[in-house]
Formats: sequence, C-alpha cells, structure tokens
Amino acid sequence: MGAALVRQLCAQGYSVAAVARRRELLDALAEDAGGGPGRVLAYAHDVNSIDEIPGIFESIVHDLGGLDFYVYAAGVMPGVGPEEYDTEKDLAMVDVNLGGAIAWTNPVARYFHSQRAGTIVGIGSIAGDRGRKGAPVYGATKAALATYLESLRNRLAERAVRVVTIKPGMIETPMTEHLDKLVMPISAEKAAKDILKVSRGRLWNERHVPLRWLGVSMIIRSIPSFLFRRTNI
Amino acid sequence: MDSAARIQRRVRRETRPRQAFEYVEGWGMAVGAESRVWKPTSAHEVSEVFDQVRSRGTTLAMRGSGCSYGDASINSRGDVLDIRGMNRILEFNEDTGIANCEAGVTLRDLWRHSLPRGYWPRVVSGTMFPTLAGAAGMNIHGKNNYKVGTIGDAIQDIDVVLPTGELVTVSRAERPELFHGIIGGFGMLGAITRVRIATKRIHSGDIDVCGISSANLTEMMAYMDAHTGDADYLVGWLDCFAKGAALGRGLIHHARYLAPGDDPEPERTLTIDHQELPGSILGFPKGEVWRILKLFSNDYGMRLMNFTKHQMGKLEQRNGWHRQSHAGFNFLLDYVPNWKFAYGRSGGDGLIQYQVFLPAESAQAGLTAVLERCQKRLHVSYLGVLKRHRPDPFLLTHGLDGWSLAMDFKVTSANRGDVWRTTDELTRIVLDHGGNFYFAKDAVIGPKTTRQMFGEERLAKFRELKEALDPEDMLQTDLSRRAFGSGGDFTSVPPPAPSVGV
Ligand SMILES: Cc1cc2nc3c(=O)[nH]c(=O)nc-3n(C[C@H](O)[C@H](O)[C@H](O)COP(=O)(O)OP(=O)(O)OC[C@H]3O[C@@H](n4cnc5c(N)ncnc54)[C@H](O)[C@@H]3O)c2cc1C
Ligand SMILES: NC(=O)c1ccc[n+]([C@@H]2O[C@H](COP(=O)([O-])OP(=O)(O)OC[C@H]3O[C@@H](n4cnc5c(N)ncnc54)[C@H](OP(=O)(O)O)[C@@H]3O)[C@@H](O)[C@H]2O)c1
Repeated sequence: MGAALVRQLCAQGYSVAAVARRRELLDALAEDAGGGPGRVLAYAHDVNSIDEIPGIFESIVHDLGGLDFYVYAAGVMPGVGPEEYDTEKDLAMVDVNLGGAIAWTNPVARYFHSQRAGTIVGIGSIAGDRGRKGAPVYGATKAALATYLESLRNRLAERAVRVVTIKPGMIETPMTEHLDKLVMPISAEKAAKDILKVSRGRLWNERHVPLRWLGVSMIIRSIPSFLFRRTNI
Repeated sequence: MDSAARIQRRVRRETRPRQAFEYVEGWGMAVGAESRVWKPTSAHEVSEVFDQVRSRGTTLAMRGSGCSYGDASINSRGDVLDIRGMNRILEFNEDTGIANCEAGVTLRDLWRHSLPRGYWPRVVSGTMFPTLAGAAGMNIHGKNNYKVGTIGDAIQDIDVVLPTGELVTVSRAERPELFHGIIGGFGMLGAITRVRIATKRIHSGDIDVCGISSANLTEMMAYMDAHTGDADYLVGWLDCFAKGAALGRGLIHHARYLAPGDDPEPERTLTIDHQELPGSILGFPKGEVWRILKLFSNDYGMRLMNFTKHQMGKLEQRNGWHRQSHAGFNFLLDYVPNWKFAYGRSGGDGLIQYQVFLPAESAQAGLTAVLERCQKRLHVSYLGVLKRHRPDPFLLTHGLDGWSLAMDFKVTSANRGDVWRTTDELTRIVLDHGGNFYFAKDAVIGPKTTRQMFGEERLAKFRELKEALDPEDMLQTDLSRRAFGSGGDFTSVPPPAPSVGV
C-alpha cells in the first residue's frame, strides 16, 4: 500500500520521500517515477533503528524542501498459529507497528505542531476493532495505534494539524498473500486512492477502507463477548 | 537472532544531548525558520552542544520559551539551543526569598514555588511562560519598572557556559563587566545555565487594584507620574483608535501590595488554587475564546472592542479598589490561551509587537506623534500598553527615565511591506525624540537604528566583549544579523512570509 501511495502522489506531481528497508524496491520506485511530474526520494531504513530517525527526518525535510503530508504505513503481520504464544514474534510486531509508528510520528508531530500545518496519516486495521482469536498482538498494536493517533489529533487540533486513522479491511498486498481467502478484497491501488481522498477531505478522522468495512466493523463490535468467542472471525 | 540479543536491543537510548528538527518561530508567528534544535539537560551538555555546533561549522541561537515576539531566538542559518530541559529549582531560601534555579525554570515555575512560601517574583512580564534565561537575556521589565528596575536588578549571580566551553559564575562583584553584558546581551555572549534571583515577601495572595479611566494621554501620564511614589504597579491600557482631544484615552491599573494584616486569610490566598486563572470566560472554554476574538480581529471590530473597553473602564473606576490575585493581575494576557491565533494561524499570518521607549522630557510629544502617525498610515495597534521606566546599569539596556508604549501590528503575507514602512516612519519619529527600542518586542529595526539608540561607545564595549568571548561568532540569531549588520538602514527588509501548508 505504501508503494501505491508513493506512485499515486508522484503521478500527481508531489515530491515524495519513501522509507523502507529494501533498497532495490525503493530504487525501482524512484526510477519508475523518473519521467513523471513528481519525484521520489528513497531512504533505506529499518524503523527499529530508532537512533537514525531524527537524522533521516531532518534530511527528508531538507531534501523535499518542507513537509506537509505524512503516512506511516510500515507494518508486519507474521502468521500466528492458534496455539502459538511467541514473545519474539509478538514483540517484533509491537516494534514495527507501534514502536516504529511512535518513533517516526513523534518528530513529525513536533514539526507539524511548530509549523501549524500538516496531515498525519496512520494505517491501523479492522483487526484493531476487536480482540480476535487469530491475532492477539497484531490487533493490539493496531488498537494502540488508533488510540495514540486519537490523542495526537486532539492535541494538534488547535495547531490546525490533521490526524487521520485509516482502517483497511482486506487489501491484496504481500502482507495478505499467505492468507487462504480474502473477504471483500480490493487492490492496493484502489486502497491508496481511497486513503488519499479521505486524508485530504475534512469529513473523516477515522475511516475504514473501503467504506463498507465500517458496516462490518459495527456488526462485529456489537457482538457480545460470550458469542464472539464462539465465532471464527 | 537469539532471544537475549533481541531483548538487549529493545533497551534503547536516545543520543545525548537530545535534538529535534523543528520549525522555530517568534511568538508573534510572523517570522520563523527551520532548525536543528538542541535540548541539553545540563551545563555539561550545553558545552557539548557548543562543541558539536563548532565542529559542524554552523551557528547557534539561544532560546528559552520563544516568547520574544520577533526573531530574537530564531536562526535561519543554523541551530538553536533550547534551554527548557534545565528546569529544576535547586534551592529556595524561605528566610530571604532567594531562589537558585536552573535557567530553564519559567516565571510560572518560580511563582508557583515561591507563592505558597510567601514570596512573589520581583519582576514578571505580561506572560508567565518566559524562562529565567530568556528573561535575563532580554533583561525584562514589569509593570513596576519605575519602582524596582528590570529583572537584572533582582538577579544576584548567574552561571554561564561561554562559547569556549568554560563555565563561569558572574555577579556584580565577580566579573561585573560580564554580568552587566550578559544580562540584556540577548544570547550573544554565552548560555546562561543557572540564575540566583531574589523574590519579594508578600503578605497575601491578593493585591489591591484600582482602575482609573483617563480621557486622554496627557491625563494618563499625569496620573501615572503623580503615583510613582505610592503605586507598586502602574500600567495604562490605551485605545489607539481615539483621536483629537481623546487621543490616547484608556484605563490605568494602579495596584499595591497588601500590608501584613490587610488580608484576613492569607493562608487561603497564598495558594496556587487561589491564583489559577478561570477555566472559562463568559461561559466559553478558554481554549476556544481566540476563535471569538478572531471575529473582531479587524479594524472595525477592534475599534468597537476598544470603545467598549473604554466604557467598561469608566464602570471599573466606579467600583474603586478591589482585590485580585497576583497571577490574575500580572498575567492578564495569559487569560486567553493562544489569543494570538486571533491574528490568523496559517503561514505568513501573525503579529509583530513594536515597543517604543521615550525619555521623560520628550515622551508626551513623541507618543502623540507616534499615535497620530499610526492613524494616518491606517495601521492602528489593537492594543496599546503604556509603562513608566527607569534607567539601569546593564550594557545593552532598553531602560531609561521615561515611558514606553507597546503596540501590536497584525501581519499577513500581503501587508508586510506596508507594515514595515509604517514602522520605519515611527522609528524615525522615536529616534528624533531621543528614544529607543526593545529587542524582545522588535522585528523591524535596522543597524542604523541600533547604532543611534545605543551610541558608539556602548556598542564598542559590547563588540569587545563579543570578540573576547565568542571570537568565531558562533552565537547568532536572525535578530543579531538584522540589527547589528553594517547596513545603513533604520529599518530592515521584511523577511519573507513562511510558506507553510499546501
Ligand atoms: C504576551 C506577552 C507579554 C509580554 N510582556 C512583557 C513585559 O511585560 N515585559 C517584558 O519585558 N517583556 C514582555 N514580553 C517579552 C518576554 O518577556 C521576553 O521576550 C522574554 O525574553 C521571553 O523569554 P523566553 O524564555 O521566551 O526567551 P526567548 O524569547 O526564547 O529568548 C529571549 C532572548 O534571550 C536569549 N536567551 C535565551 N536563552 C538563553 C540562555 N540560556 N542564555 C543566554 N541567552 C539566552 C535569546 O537568545 C533571546 O535573545 C512579553 C511576551 C509575551 C508573549
Ligand atoms: N493488507 C491488508 O489487508 C491490511 C489490512 C489492514 C491493515 N493493513 C496495514 O496496512 C499497512 C500496509 O500494509 P501492506 O498490506 O501494504 O503490507 P506490505 O505490502 O507487507 O508492506 C509493508 C511495508 O512496510 C515496510 N516495512 C516492514 N517492516 C519494516 C521495517 N522494520 N522498517 C521499515 N519498513 C518496514 C515494508 O518494506 P520493507 O520490507 O522493504 O522494509 C513494506 O513496504 C500495514 O501497517 C498493515 O498492517 C494491511
């Protein structure tokens, strides 16, 4: 989804900084953008290297000549078996989905606060709406992310900074490749388009993507716990 | 990766001294720049910042809470050192009221510590958020300047990390030339890291206040002059829109401390609870009140507001003497958080403050000319604040035996040139009357004005100190480059409006 966002923003003429670990893929993204109206600057970085973040952030703002739109899309969802309680695996999710989000979003928030403008977008998940059997920690990181972003939203409102939480349903991306069956899937391109539209609008602070997942979420959230645990959702 | 190694990796440390990358702006929002901002938490870290900045070959601006309205703690060509990480009150002597503080302690921290112990800071500004470092850097004054002098007069000694990395303690007795140069030296000579400051014994958490409505500037000045002997605080709030015979009309606040026994229950008033500013104003949550003010933030709205205030002032006078908490009286401007947003929040919007100081003998004529010129140029300040001052021994002081008038001018991306031209005319009037300016409230003056107001002798002394302490000229701000260049202009070129948001 991150790559799709980069491609679309670039096609619209924006200068975009793309941050992820795999340098080849980033370079390919930047190369694809070559002829286009915008440009893509690539930064290879692992969000676990927290010490690097202030420096990279500073170079990004310098290289782009400012910053007004930021998306945290990095996330991992390793397969977790029904009887698996693997602290290693679980903390890896906490590190990337939550720790990395905080470590990156904090300096951005500070920068937008002082600039009195900007939009922060975080990618949560439908999985954060309920504690499901299948994904204890993945869901917990996404719920925590949503709460963190809500606080930022309330903090930054008086500074005219917008904070948006996107909760994707099921999107066809490498992350979901290992799943057997996707419910109501849409492509990463479609999801990215939706994300940009929602983030630029003023209507939604939190938004399921695509919107029909909002209905699903409302139903799922209304199921009482003693019944929910009998389902296989 | 095995488990042990991984767990170890999870114990993370931020590199020290801490730093961030921020858009750093003056309080008035009209000027700002992006900088690496260092946040040291000890004198040792301060000298480390100096080392790092030197090795990168860049410049460094000292910054407190950033309450200076203009570009005093901004550095568009380098880094910024934010002293607020050093914010411990080290010692408070309850017998003498002398506080020994790290320099990032704010006036708010200080009064909240001293008040329950029966003391109030001798000098405070109209807002409680400045740090002691910033307050010393500018040598701030209060509404009692004519009586107690500036904050420098209350300071006993300071620790300063010099650009060489050396930590020195200076006072009136110990290296007085540094003491008198660094206080009021607007961050050019070193980083103040500790301040020992005297506070005043008080016998109540309240203060007696009386509003006096005056019909014009002459009347206001006459009243204030007549009461410098018996008033502990005197301030005039001016309606800058009024013309002719009513020019400079407004409301004076005359206040005095309570004597022992005046307050029947000092144990109640000498509490922080009693000092708290109310959470809402006329039923609106405080945090949102600026949105209402914004509706009035144009010439018509402000004319109306000033007129209403003048009428209310007459009512207030009829009420006579009343009691108000120290915080309520001194920090009136903090009642409405973010009131500055009424001037606009987007890039390029904001305000500048412009405070003119005039010697007693020419003040009446000078202030009249200033107010009239504002009206003629259609740049009328939405609020004018008149204070009485006295001279002090600091090298680059703004203090003089005379008066000051502080004015706010609304700035937008479009009107900059025009506002700066108006202030240029005002600056010439002030200089012609032998007056001067104050860096905390300035965004406009050029090198020629600086030379004229300080005089060659004082400037030469200051330059000598600067060369001795900071030979590489590492400590710089947008202000220092603007007002201390070699140029021949009374007024600087307005900085471009920051382009923020798309
Ligand atoms: C609403 C409002 C009302 C005000 N009312 C008054 C008033 O009544 N009287 C008055 O005098 N002022 C007043 N001011 C101005 C304010 O008091 C001064 O600008 C004060 O200097 C701000 O302190 P600060 O901590 O915010 O420092 P900053 O504004 O960040 O810096 C002030 C100066 O100190 C220098 N400095 C900062 N830290 C250090 C350090 N560690 N070592 C050496 N130098 C340093 C900076 O370089 C800069 O030149 C008011 C400001 C506001 C916003
Ligand atoms: N797909 C879905 O159905 C779905 C549903 C709900 C929510 N989401 C959320 O949406 C976001 C994007 O998911 P996606 O489907 O696009 O997944 P994806 O295709 O697997 O992409 C994840 C991205 O994160 C980067 N990344 C992972 N670990 C990183 C690390 N340690 N440091 C830096 N970058 C890292 C990856 O790049 P490198 O590997 O090169 O570093 C990759 O670009 C995630 O937060 C995910 O949880 C997805």
